[in-house]
Amino acid sequence: MKIILEKRIRSSKLMTYASPVIAIGLTVVLGGIIFALAGYDPLEALYFYFIDPVITLWSLEEVVVKATPLILIGAGLAICFTANIWNIGAEGQLTMGALMGSFFPVMFSDWQSPSILILMLIFGALGGAAWAGIAAFLKNKFNVNEILTSLMLVYIAQYILDWFVRGPWRDPDGFNFPKSVDFEGWQLLPTYGDGRMHIGAIIAVVIVLALTIMMSKSMKGFEIRAIGNSRRASAFAGFSYKNMTWFCFLLSGALAGLAGIIEVAGPAGHLQPSISPGYGFTAIIVAFLGRLNPLGVLFAGILLAITYLGGDGAQMELGVSAKTAQVFQGMLLFLILACDTLIRYKIKIIRPQANQQEATL
Amino acid sequence: MKQSNGKENKAPKREVLLEARNITKKFGEFTANDKVSIKLIAGEIHALLGENGAGKSTLVKMMYGSLQPTSGELYWNGEKLNIKNPAVARKLGIGMVFQHFSLFESLSVVENIVLAIPEENDLTILAKKIKQVSKQYGLPLEPDAIVADLSVGERQRIEIVRCLLQEPKLLIMDEPTAVLTPQEADQLFVTLRKLSDEGCAILYISHRLEEVRQLCHDATILRHGNVVDNVDPQKETAKSLAQLMVGSAIHKIETRKKDNYGETLLQINDLSLKSDTQFGVDLKEIMLQVRAGEVVAIAGIAGNGQSELFDALSGETRVSDKQAIVLNGTACGTRGVRYRRKCEAAFAPEERLGHGAVPNFKLSENVVLTRHSSDNDLVKFGFMDMKLIMDIATRITKKRDVRVSKENPEAESLSGGNLQKFIVGRELDRMPKVLVVNQPTWGVDAGAAAMIRQALINCAGRDAAVLVISQDLDEIFEVADRIAVISRGQLSDIFPVEEMTFEKVGLLMAGAHEKKQLEGAV
Repeated sequence: MKIILEKRIRSSKLMTYASPVIAIGLTVVLGGIIFALAGYDPLEALYFYFIDPVITLWSLEEVVVKATPLILIGAGLAICFTANIWNIGAEGQLTMGALMGSFFPVMFSDWQSPSILILMLIFGALGGAAWAGIAAFLKNKFNVNEILTSLMLVYIAQYILDWFVRGPWRDPDGFNFPKSVDFEGWQLLPTYGDGRMHIGAIIAVVIVLALTIMMSKSMKGFEIRAIGNSRRASAFAGFSYKNMTWFCFLLSGALAGLAGIIEVAGPAGHLQPSISPGYGFTAIIVAFLGRLNPLGVLFAGILLAITYLGGDGAQMELGVSAKTAQVFQGMLLFLILACDTLIRYKIKIIRPQANQQEATL
Repeated sequence: MKQSNGKENKAPKREVLLEARNITKKFGEFTANDKVSIKLIAGEIHALLGENGAGKSTLVKMMYGSLQPTSGELYWNGEKLNIKNPAVARKLGIGMVFQHFSLFESLSVVENIVLAIPEENDLTILAKKIKQVSKQYGLPLEPDAIVADLSVGERQRIEIVRCLLQEPKLLIMDEPTAVLTPQEADQLFVTLRKLSDEGCAILYISHRLEEVRQLCHDATILRHGNVVDNVDPQKETAKSLAQLMVGSAIHKIETRKKDNYGETLLQINDLSLKSDTQFGVDLKEIMLQVRAGEVVAIAGIAGNGQSELFDALSGETRVSDKQAIVLNGTACGTRGVRYRRKCEAAFAPEERLGHGAVPNFKLSENVVLTRHSSDNDLVKFGFMDMKLIMDIATRITKKRDVRVSKENPEAESLSGGNLQKFIVGRELDRMPKVLVVNQPTWGVDAGAAAMIRQALINCAGRDAAVLVISQDLDEIFEVADRIAVISRGQLSDIFPVEEMTFEKVGLLMAGAHEKKQLEGAV
């Protein structure tokens, strides 16, 4: 007996949009099974995971805070992936954005004016773009696989950040903790609500809307989709793959860098060795779950933010390991990719044909 | 050539060697063969006729064991059996020469053959056998030659000799003459007749009707996966065979004769280009001029530099000499596709899906693909004018009779002929001054092919310069005012169509005009 994947003649449009919903449903069911196997009441655990984070104002604000970097990065990655260009190193670009954006508040810690905040955001974006540009340069110049380089650059970026906060940029009044000086006043993003929610969320929404319009109406969006669908046909159209590689890396890098400085100037308030619980990697899931559509990314970002919060909640309430959040995220990515595959292919089981004489001579 | 007289073609024996009964093959929901029955008789050359996509290749692949039928039976010498893989087929005595060869370019002829005949592992004995067989059947072949140095015709001989060494009872040939010059094809026919005289059955797949009439004893015609008829090809005319194949009468193309051509609109000046891929073809010193109102055709066997030439003309490959390519009076050798389109040049490549069109883009989006830079109002301030684009797509669809199942479908949902009508129509709709088309009717049904050819002629009639690159000699003689031939990246002199014959083209296709550049060749 053989099991093969057979390409469907037509893949269903409806299922393309239903697939994330199915994947989420399956993740919940499988998650419940995992909790049950680990000896927890599955319904209670799922309640803390998915319901509890969205029923209090405080936690809703926290969802927004966590969704902001996911949405910013995910929107950039969605555009990369649409063009079939694989930036896997958003985490590193986020780190470099945080580092570069912190240049002004660390070096001129007394500077107080709106312009320093604007400069921080611009430098954050530039830092992320520059870091992503390394992978684009290597790809265009030496044809090095961008998946490898962008991923390896993540670890380099993290060590550079580590060196800065333990070395030259360490807070002299910080009791030797590896952190920079605390940012103050205009060096922090304006907040509202209970004090954690900041204007980064608004920046993210504006960028998502701009990218949505770019992808659906503009020539650039057309070029991105054409290159992603067919390299040869897009060359015939006169689109340059090399320029597109630059464009995608610089754009997604800039957005990841922006997310980095927003994290530092928002919830964190200073540089420290670890500034993100893996937002750059989780954003890959966000991009796929959002159907590589910036608007879809907005909702997917919120959902993944809930899993972060639910993970924390379940750990506190039930003593579930903190790693379950990652298990959930991993299952979600796996299931969404599986659903997508089944949209395009169907499983066929071939049984050996019986009762037929075989030719032998 | 004694057997070449048509009247002696009838083979005496009538033993049924292989019989297919009610063979059906489905790929998913698509039925490639629907209850096909066919009888192959020892010593007969049996033609399998049909247009592209009629299901010919699918049927023979089941006979050769590389595909399994969904239902239906195969009988070998009257005995029902299941050919589960090509090894079983070879054991039975079925040999197949594929359209695309499977040879290792860097190995010698004898090394390639030994790979298929593992029982014979002494290369010197095998080389002797190869020489003997190749002499016996008139297939000149040097056992120690390296495949990469051989022409397509010679490579095909390796495949044939490889089959013959296994003394087949049935030889299946999939469009063997598609890659041959007329002279090479004639030589092949001599070999095939000799084989059939010795009692070997031959299943001959083709859509070239003249050669089927010359060569074959029997013909089965497939259309959309069904057997539509079984005829004696020698009692049919090429026209009646074509009607059986296509299912309807084909338009006659109106040619137009003209002597006063306008100024030169397309010029290739001493174009030389090294290929950047290992098995690509280098272009050497190509000179060509196409004047307003004229159709020039470049004939040649596939893989002799046609796609390289097309890419150099379209600007997908740029050259260092600006003057090497002059379009509509502007030197643009160093410029890209967009610039050349702005010079009122238009291009239609060989590959429809994935080169001429993005498969899962709608027709309207595929309009944008080649016209975003040359049509002034299509893109304003970086944003696309969707309404205008839709209007253009609808206009093309109507004008070129592109049959669509719904409004503005994806390119991949169209049949080959309809998509080609759309792609050619998309370029013609711009009223270009220069049009370059590569293999305009490759794999296209006869009705659409006739329409496209007529459109090319009409385009030249509007005082545009039209360059057609094609493998199809019938097509070339139908549309061209002047003809040149490309072989191994070199272009022959250009002759008016009146001075050209199939034989002359054939000699040029075989490389009669090539400059023997021995230095550096070794």
